[in-house]
Amino acid sequence: MLEIERINVSYGDLQVLWDVFFEVKKEEIVALIGPNSAGKTTTLKTVSGLLRPFAGEIRFEGLAMGKMPIHKRVEMGISLVPEGRGLFPGMSALENLELGAFTAKGRNCKEETLAQVYELFPILKKRKKQAAGTLSGGEQQMLAIGRGLMSKPKLLLFDEPSWGLSPLLSKVIYEVIGQINHSGVTILLVEQNVRMALQLAKRAYVIENGRIVKQGDSRNMLNDQHIKEVYLGTESV
Amino acid sequence: MNLQVFAQSLIFGIFVGGLYGLAAVGLSLVFGVMKMLNVAHGELLMLGGYATFWLFSLYHIDPFLSLLPSAFVLFLIGMGLYKGLFSLLAKLHEEMKIKNSLLIGFGLSLVLHNLAIRLWTADERSVSVFYSGWGFSLFGLRFPFIRLAGLVLATIVILALQQFLTKTYFGKAIRATTENWESAALMGINIEKTSMISFALGAALAAMAGTIVSVGYAIHPAMGLEWTLKALIVVVLAGLGNIGGAFVAGVLLGAVESVSTLFVGPYMEVVGLVIFLLVLELRPQGLFGKSIG
Repeated sequence: MLEIERINVSYGDLQVLWDVFFEVKKEEIVALIGPNSAGKTTTLKTVSGLLRPFAGEIRFEGLAMGKMPIHKRVEMGISLVPEGRGLFPGMSALENLELGAFTAKGRNCKEETLAQVYELFPILKKRKKQAAGTLSGGEQQMLAIGRGLMSKPKLLLFDEPSWGLSPLLSKVIYEVIGQINHSGVTILLVEQNVRMALQLAKRAYVIENGRIVKQGDSRNMLNDQHIKEVYLGTESV
Repeated sequence: MNLQVFAQSLIFGIFVGGLYGLAAVGLSLVFGVMKMLNVAHGELLMLGGYATFWLFSLYHIDPFLSLLPSAFVLFLIGMGLYKGLFSLLAKLHEEMKIKNSLLIGFGLSLVLHNLAIRLWTADERSVSVFYSGWGFSLFGLRFPFIRLAGLVLATIVILALQQFLTKTYFGKAIRATTENWESAALMGINIEKTSMISFALGAALAAMAGTIVSVGYAIHPAMGLEWTLKALIVVVLAGLGNIGGAFVAGVLLGAVESVSTLFVGPYMEVVGLVIFLLVLELRPQGLFGKSIG
């Protein structure tokens, strides 16, 4: 479904991604893991169109879209739940959700999707009139995910969904990501919480210093010596 | 001091303040969406005033009726200016963007100012309709019809804008872009198009203010800077991007300036600037803005 072909991305003179490649197949959950500032967020920003690769190509359902503007990619079915949530803090929770359904496709089935989102996160219905900036961290993450669903995406990108959440809330969010995947949405997950990500994803890629250094089945990764030492710490068995 | 003189100054101040508010709302809208300060905003207001003046002089169209045609003309001019000048800055980094938009704005204001002198001479002009002298008195206070109508119209325009921004999908897209343009783009909002429409809308709002100014007051090619300055003071008073607050702050500035004339005479312009500095110093988020961070 999504093929990343040796993309190179830079901020001005500073190159941050070097020949990054990976693939996400239809209805899969793929995790992209790696340390801080390895290029995970940059990769997601490039897939969603906030950044452009200066070399390499991104294909979605076979279509080259390295130069396609962001809003076109949303129309094609790619949705990003950004790092730090990226909500519209001064607007109500409901308005945030409505904006998620900005595309023609999203608007056509807005009420229906909204009902599904409220089913996933009942608290959002209670909070719908409240300004997004006044919600708790967990509620904000729920709102960001709900908003991401409102465009009826085929591929949902998550950037650190457990960021700033308690372990308990992280678990809740991860369960929901699993449910979303069961409903047929393909998922690409970027995460620092490597253990959680590997437990949820089927396959994973490891990115370090802007390069993909490892790829494979998540289960194998959990037992990989390098992964254990660097990402899972001493507590791992 | 005579209470009646005080009250009369206050009323005239509120009338002109409504126009400050209307001028500021357009500037604030454009700044919010594009993070660019259009210092040629006052010149767009001037063009709107002239559009109304010529529609009246040549075709005898009532100035209050030409509010929308003038706004439409400036909407188109705004779209052209955005496409030709300001869109080139859209890709720059935020700080570079605001610096360069200032330069382009200053250049544009000089060009428009001189173009207006060339085309229409430096004469002061005003639309004088047959009902110019109408009005009524209440408790010994004078309420001229055209100024009252100007305030009412400005209020209606602001309320309509408020409805547009809160009730329509496109309006929400504008607010979303103001709050976080990256997230807005990720919703599928076309930022380029939203910026262009917002800039054009800002120009149209300036034109409406210009129209009302041309009836109740006077227009001339050099008026732009003065109105940009007023709009800027009001935007800072209200807090950046605060549309409803901009109108209230406009009325406030108008009232304070007008009343202060009684005490400091011709130095009343200074009062506005002193308030501007005080607000920047003591409450940089504006009177009605949320605190930063």
